[in-house]
Parts: sequence; structure tokens; C-alpha cells
Amino acid sequence: MPTFTLTVNDATRTVEAWDPEVPLLYALRNDLGLHAVKFGCGLAQCGSRLVLLDDAPALSCIVRLKDVGARRVVTPEGLGSPDKPHPVQAAFIAEQAAQCGYCTNGIVMATVALLRRIPRPTREQAQQALAGNLCKCGSHDRVLRAVQRAAEAARG
Amino acid sequence: MELRQSDVAGAGALTRRAWLEAGAVVVGFCLAPTQAALAQTAAAAAGAGRSLRLDEVDSFLAFRGDGTVVVYSGKVDLGTGHRIAMRQMVGEELALAVERIELIEGDTALTPNQGPTAGSTGVMRGGVQLRQAAATAREALLAMAAQRLALPAERLTLSDGEVRAPDGRSIGVAALIAGRTFDVKMNPKAPLKHPSKYVLVGQSLPRPDMPDKVTGRHVFVHDHVVPGMVHGRVVRPPAVGARVLAVDESSVSKLPGVRVVRIADFVGVVSADEWAVVRAARELAVQWSDSAPLIGHSAVVDWARSGPFVAEEVISAKGDAQRVVALRDAADAVHASYAWPIQSHGSIGPSCAVADVRPDGGTVWTASQASHRFLNVFASLVDLPREKLRVIYLDGAGCYGMNGHDDAAADAVLLSKAVGKPVRVQWSREDELGWDPKGPPQLLDLKATLTPDGRIDAWETDMWVPRATANLEWIPLLGPLAAGMRQPVGQAVGLVSQNGDPPYGANAVKVTAHWLGPAPLRPSNIRAPGKVANCFAVESFVDELAAKARADPLAFRLRDMANPRGAGVIRRVAQMVGWQPRPSPAVAARGGVAAGRGMAYIHYKNNETYVAVAMEVEVDRATGEIAVRRVCCAHDCGLMINPDAVRAQVEGNILQTLSRTLYEETTFDRSRVTSVDWASYRLLRFSAVPRLEIALIERREEPPLGAGEAASTPVPAALANAVFDATGVRLRSVPFTSGKVKALLA
Repeated sequence: MPTFTLTVNDATRTVEAWDPEVPLLYALRNDLGLHAVKFGCGLAQCGSRLVLLDDAPALSCIVRLKDVGARRVVTPEGLGSPDKPHPVQAAFIAEQAAQCGYCTNGIVMATVALLRRIPRPTREQAQQALAGNLCKCGSHDRVLRAVQRAAEAARG
Repeated sequence: MELRQSDVAGAGALTRRAWLEAGAVVVGFCLAPTQAALAQTAAAAAGAGRSLRLDEVDSFLAFRGDGTVVVYSGKVDLGTGHRIAMRQMVGEELALAVERIELIEGDTALTPNQGPTAGSTGVMRGGVQLRQAAATAREALLAMAAQRLALPAERLTLSDGEVRAPDGRSIGVAALIAGRTFDVKMNPKAPLKHPSKYVLVGQSLPRPDMPDKVTGRHVFVHDHVVPGMVHGRVVRPPAVGARVLAVDESSVSKLPGVRVVRIADFVGVVSADEWAVVRAARELAVQWSDSAPLIGHSAVVDWARSGPFVAEEVISAKGDAQRVVALRDAADAVHASYAWPIQSHGSIGPSCAVADVRPDGGTVWTASQASHRFLNVFASLVDLPREKLRVIYLDGAGCYGMNGHDDAAADAVLLSKAVGKPVRVQWSREDELGWDPKGPPQLLDLKATLTPDGRIDAWETDMWVPRATANLEWIPLLGPLAAGMRQPVGQAVGLVSQNGDPPYGANAVKVTAHWLGPAPLRPSNIRAPGKVANCFAVESFVDELAAKARADPLAFRLRDMANPRGAGVIRRVAQMVGWQPRPSPAVAARGGVAAGRGMAYIHYKNNETYVAVAMEVEVDRATGEIAVRRVCCAHDCGLMINPDAVRAQVEGNILQTLSRTLYEETTFDRSRVTSVDWASYRLLRFSAVPRLEIALIERREEPPLGAGEAASTPVPAALANAVFDATGVRLRSVPFTSGKVKALLA
């Protein structure tokens, strides 16, 4: 069976896959036990499966395992933990910026990518940057507040 | 520490005494869900031995040896904050910190059946029941301690797990009852703490599940893993009602470990490898019969008006009936029709469930709103006595009523029984938008006349809406139907006929429901069932009457608003938005973009929460695009257990309903649903989110009312009224797509 070596959350991991076309998501969830990335649509339309590939946001539903190569994969688990949350995650906790939480991790990843690109985004810039992430519960306003909070915290 | 539902899954197998003694150990470490599942053999599952009776305190509360309390809630947290609110309500009565309260939700072996988590009843009914259990427990504990300390109970106080006497003596709750059950009947009159003394209720305490949710650690049902579990998918037909003619299993024989399960027209695939079943479900060659039983979405309004009807019912009538009859021929009467489309729940995660069905018993993990109801359903599907089956709630992606989760659970049950292994079924995006039970279509005709001084004289509402089948045991489920198993015949739609009357003074009012038979697609309750469309019609029509009277729409409403709490939210929202009194529409501004404001009000179900919403919009005349700039909402739901959780519900209600109103309609042809992805079933995106301003009215001495639905209902009319104010164009059918607006503007 073909074997793939990945760098995930700063660790080297090996994954076997009978089908190299398998989307990265299934390898992360089922082989590596990283279930923060969620299946939403499989069509690159909702952002639930957002991960970072070399710091750039990527939808793990359409990135094939065989195409990941040497790029560094970061999943929400690689950002922080409940006890030591990443500043963006801490801002989401402070703003209670989730309802059901299913879409939340994809939004957190998109926010991390945004703040790397634009450290102090306006609300409108954040709205544009997150426009690829869907939320049906209506947590958007809190999320936008959390983005501002995270940006301010990073500024110190 | 947050004790997850799954962590205590094995608890049912323990005796009460062992459970209490083991308590400190059980909370001492956090089992992974897989281990929890290991501990929970099917045989042990059902034999919990707990009281689940609604009239016993033990059903709701258990005191552990370490002074912590376990709360057993039949209502579940659907992302709504119940997980903190229930702790606050119980903790308040027991004077116990929320950190010392564990919460178990929606587990048929452990939690009493408090009814489904629906209709905004979580806190209002479920929480109030838990609060009464806690108050009864306090009363009983004080009585026990009074006996031990030889003091009258009135002189004792309970706090932090200890009963204290004025002389300094104290006795721990553990010493009073540890190792025993209460055996105390619920006392509906057990005194509640006075609201002026609240220290937990009314505080915006953070939700305990939030750190796990934003760091990817939260265990959704989608993440639940059981040893030996395989993945399953069901192959749905290309047309509603199509039958299987042939299945060519060789089409998937190259995919690893794939097994095809066929029961009549139910076709499923399972494999230990999830990607293999995803591919197998796509690639399995199934020959289906032709089927075209649907009417197509463009025929829904005609269908609603023409029937067949199963009944006609006068929902409300007041004043002089003759005036209503006279409306029909009155030359000066205002008439308008409003339509609400079929909508999907649009859950971001397609429905998922895990079932482990063995010959001698089984467990189903599901995101159901009604674990207890579906225990009976699943037991009947696999011919097990209900005592041998257990249904455990785990969080799903937000539902807003019955989405596909109960169908997915039935799929998992059928597949698990067929292959003799635990099976996890997750639907595809196409499955979810195509096959989830849909919010039903609604059509309303309104007529009214005005008095010479511009007040509502006579008013008539006729509504055409699918009728809920009386005493329907459950909504017929897709998998069992396809498998040829007995399912109830009928439909559920929720309480759809409320709020069809104007909430303002009128001389004569009549509301009639024309009940339709089977809806074009299988319906279920969806957020604010019926009320969202009824309020859209009623509050748009009130605006039409105000325009006819050349009156300011807000003043028109206030003038004949008898209810002080209702008037309170209207005045408050007017102040928030900076309402300028004038009739609508505004004097037309030149240029490409027209700006306007609108408002709407509801007294939810005529006896619950009061909400007024006002908003500012801009309409691009060239494209027909509506941009909602700012939404203000004043909300009075009585006592708020956790104001920030209420605020989150209000925000969600507003944004979700903007999405439903602007974009959402399930489209279908003669055979199947055609809006099966996020391009064809659009949702509100971050880029279109307006500024929100929310005022929560404090009413500490009033009973708590629901917050999960009410604020959604005034949103569509407030939006339509704002578009009318901006453009003079009246939108009477949802969704307000740019194409529709552009056509009306032309």
C-alpha cells in the first residue's frame, strides 16, 4: 500500500493509503485521529475542513493526500489546547464565538491565516476573508468580534 | 472539568451505590469516547436501574460522595447554551458552584423523558423542572439536617454542599445522603429562591463546552468512535419513490472491504475505510425505476391554494363576525397574499449517527432532539424490547428542528443490524440538502379595512398550510421506508397556525387555516414553525395598512398596542434605531442605491417572548441586491438565566432568518430536490452580515420564556418593510432574491 510521509502539527507522521487520491481530510481524521477538521460539503463550498498548508489556508476536502508533499500541515489541534489556547482560540473563547461549533474550527483556521496576512484587519476585511466559511447558527457577529479581539491581543 | 456525555456512558451499568462511591474516580480522568464505548456493553446498557420518573427528585439529581451533583437532563444543548443554563438554575437553588455540577443529557438509560428539545422549551419547561427538583432536594436536605441537628429547618441554610446552623455546626450533604437515593417526590410547591437573591441566575457565565469547541477537542457524534466500528453510507435513489431494479456489486468490488447491504429498496455500503464507502456510495451501479411523484417547486403556491384539503379550522375569531364577512365585498379593503417556500435546515455538517446493534441489545449515538421518542422507533426496527436498547445524545452540527439526524440514525441502526458491527453513517452534502425533512411551505391571504380615523377595523387571515397528523408517533424515516418496514403514515410540521392574527387592536378578526394533506416534500418542524411565515405576512400587511393610512408604521402599531411589554420592546427598538416618524415609502432618493428602514413585532405564540426588530437596508436598483446594513432588536423573554446565551440566540435568530429570507428555497423538479449544494442552496455569508444591536430587557421577577425562536419571526417582515420604505416595492414571497427584486423594480 502506498505510504505518505506528512508533517502535521510539527510532527512527522506516516499514513498508508490504498487510494492516493484520498482527500487529506480522511487521513487526518481517521488515520491520525485529528477530528477537528470536519466534513461539511466535500465541494470546497463551506470551509469546515480548513487547514493550513505552509501557513496558507487550504481545504482538506479537495487537497489530495498525494499532493501534500513536504508542505507543513497545521490543524486546529496544532494551534493550541483548551488549557493553552492559541491567541485566536482564546479570543473565540472570550467572545463565546460559537454555537453548535461544527463550523468553528474552519473559521478559527481562516482567522489565523487572515491575521498573518493582515495583522489589524478592519471588520470589512475580516468579513471578506471569512466569506468562504459558512455558519448556519448565526455566530458571525461574535466571530467578527473575536477576530478584532485577537488582532488587538496580538498588538499587545 | 467538563464531564462529557460519553465519559459516563458506562455509568448505566453500575448500581446506584457503586455509582455514588465511584463518583470521585469517574470524574478523576477523562475517558476517550472509544473507551467509554468499550465500557458500555450492549447488555449492560439498558439496565441502569435509575429512576426516570418525572415525579421523583432522584430522576433529575444525584449527590455524589464528594459533594458534587449530577444533573440528568432530558433536554439537550443544541449549541444553545443549556449546558451552562441548566447548571445555573440547579446551582442557584442548591447554592452550589456550577463547576461542581455535572450534566448528563438526552440518554434514555439515565435521563428522564422531558420531551423533545424543541419549541423553545429547553429552559422554560426543562430547566424549570430541574429547578423544581433542586428546590425539592434543598427542602429535603434541610429537613434531614434538622433532624440530625435537632433544630428547625427554617433556621438552617444550604450552601456549597453543606447544611449550616446558626450556632456554627454544619453537616455535609454527603453525610446526609451519600450512598442512598432521596426517595422524595417532586414537590411542585417547594419554595424557590427569591430572584432578588440570585447569584448564579442572571450571570453571563461562559459555556463549559466552548474551550473544547474552539480548539477542536469537542466530540461531536461525527467524531464518536466505537471499537470495531465500520463506516456506512446509504445510496439514495435519484428520484423520490424510485425502486431498485438491480444492484451490480461488482462495480465496487475493487474498493477495499466494501460490503453491499440491500433490504428491499434500501441500499447501503459499509467498509472499515471511510473513503472506500464514500467512493462505493458514488460508484455502486444501481438501476432504479423511473419515478416522478413531485409537483416541482414552481407549482407549490398553486398546490397550496387548490388542495386537496383535509380540514378547515377557525384558529381565532373576535369581534363582529359580520364585519369580517363584509370584508370580502368591501371596495376599500386591502388584500395581499404572502408565500413562504420550502426550506432545508441547512446544517453545516451533514447528519451523522453511530449504532451498535447486537442480537441481545444495542446503543445508538445520535444528535436527535428526541432520544426517548426514537428509542421506541429504533427498538421496533430491530425487534428488540426497548429495555435492551439505549439512545444517547451527542452533539451534531446545528439543527433547527428535525434535520436528517434521526434518518441517519435509522440508517446506522439498519446497517449495524445487517453487518453485526457498530456502524457510523455520515450523510453527504447532497443527502442532507436533498433528503432532510423540510420546513413546510405556507401561503397566506390577508384582507382588512381601516376605520375612518385610520385604525384596523376588520381583519381576515386565511392560511394554507400542511396539517400535522394527529398523534403521529414519529416522522416516517427514509431508511425503514425504503426497507419496506412499517412506518407511521403522516407528517409533522410543528405548531404552524399561531401568530396569524394582528397583535394590535382591531374591531373584528378572523383567522382560518385551510389544512392541506401531504406536503410536496417530507416536512418537519423548522425553527419557529409556521410563526416565521405568519409573522412575515401579518407584519408586512400591517405595514401595508399603515401605508394606506399614510401613517408612520411604528406609530400605527403603538397606537393600538394594549400590551405594556409589547409596547416596551417597540419603543425600545425605535430608540435604538433612531426611528424618524413618517409614512413609508420614503421620498424616493435619486441614484442607484435606495435606503430605507422597517420594523416588525411579535408576541411569540401570543403568550411568550416579546420581540421588536428594526433594520436599515440599501437596495441597488440596478441589480436588485439588498444589503442589510444594521439590525436592532429589543427582546423581552422574562427572566434570563444567562443573558449572553440569550444574546447568542437572538443574534443567531436574526442572522439565520436573514439567510432564510434573502436566499433560501429548496428547489425540486418532478423527481428530486435540485438545490443540493451551497451554490444552489445559498446561505448568508460573512460578507453580508450587518451590524447587530441587541437590547435584552431585564425581567428578573417574571418567569423565563424561550429565546431559541422568537427573535427569528419579525425579521422577514422588518426586511420587507425596509425594502418597501426604500423603494416602494412590496416583497410578498420569500426568498427576496436579487432577480425577484430587480423584476419588481423594473
